Amino acid sequence: MASLKALKIRINSVKSTQKITKAMKMVAAAKLRRAQEAAQAGRPYAERLEAVVASLSRQLAGGATVSPLLSGTGKDQVHLLVVATSERGLAGAFNTNIVRAARRKAEELEAQGKTVRFYLAGKKGRVLRRFYPNAIAADHELGGHKTLGFQQAREVADDLLARYAAGEFDVAHLFYAKFVSALVQLPVGQQIIPVAVSDSKADVPSTSATSAGAVVEYEPDEEGILADLLPRNVAIQVFRAMLENAASEQGSRMNAMDNATRNAGDMINRLSIQYNRTRQAAITTELVEIISGAEAL
Amino acid sequence: MLHFELVTPEKLVRSEDVYMVVVPGTEGDFGVLEGHAPLMSTVRDGALSVYRTEGATPETIAIQGGFAEVNAKGLTVLAERAA
Repeated sequence: MASLKALKIRINSVKSTQKITKAMKMVAAAKLRRAQEAAQAGRPYAERLEAVVASLSRQLAGGATVSPLLSGTGKDQVHLLVVATSERGLAGAFNTNIVRAARRKAEELEAQGKTVRFYLAGKKGRVLRRFYPNAIAADHELGGHKTLGFQQAREVADDLLARYAAGEFDVAHLFYAKFVSALVQLPVGQQIIPVAVSDSKADVPSTSATSAGAVVEYEPDEEGILADLLPRNVAIQVFRAMLENAASEQGSRMNAMDNATRNAGDMINRLSIQYNRTRQAAITTELVEIISGAEAL
Repeated sequence: MLHFELVTPEKLVRSEDVYMVVVPGTEGDFGVLEGHAPLMSTVRDGALSVYRTEGATPETIAIQGGFAEVNAKGLTVLAERAA
């Protein structure tokens, strides 16, 4: 049986761990609120842009002059998986889930005989190196910025576009965790290059002028506008993924730390009982010794 | 009144009713009043002038990289940066 002193040390150690997890939980809760607000603030822009790009590209579909960002390179061989993860760990299964989604996609693509490359945005995606040591195209650290700016998404997007222009890949998918609620984060994969245009009319709200039936003037022209908007759209998709990720990360961490705090509490209870029993046993033994000593006299 | 919205990826900067907005389009500046014909235009880096009322001194907002859309609901400017 563990000695009294060892138990005491153990209890104290668990107590200080509990203090840390409790503090982390509260910090995550505070950050979650901010991240959630940021994600919401970014929504109008993304929705607007998406609606415009969708309506324009449907009009121009099949045209010869459309940008390769819309029509693709004509090949479907090299797939780039952009894996957006967090910069820090201790967030439960948050990063693991994103990475797992990306790996599942990679296996699926490889089974079809495609070449898969990875683009890591965020430090915690590096575990992929272990599984695909030769397929990492780039490792982009997001840095320890306090708040995510559009600038960071821009950097990633510009890099992606340059690689696309250089013919390094044919299709790009983006993996991140969608923020559903503080308790639920859903890892999702989404094709960003070439733009996946949904054919259904239902998901395009009638915000865009084209649906009003009115004749819309274009300056310079449809192709020109689309050529300008498509690269921007990539940046926005990346930015949106980052914002969703930031909110999901904090939500996930809050949960993980809440569980950790509770577990530490249970452990302290268990250890205290054990400590008290051991102490009682020691006292009983001492008493028995004294009594039997007295009787012997 | 013209409903005017200025949106950046980070937030909705403006959403208000104004008299007129002059937008620096790629092919030249254009002013948007209420009832403007539907229009889509790319925007060059420059300054938006917002006239709250007729004849008022315009308020200028510098914008970078963007796109403007006029429809029945009003004018929406999507800019990458606005200050």
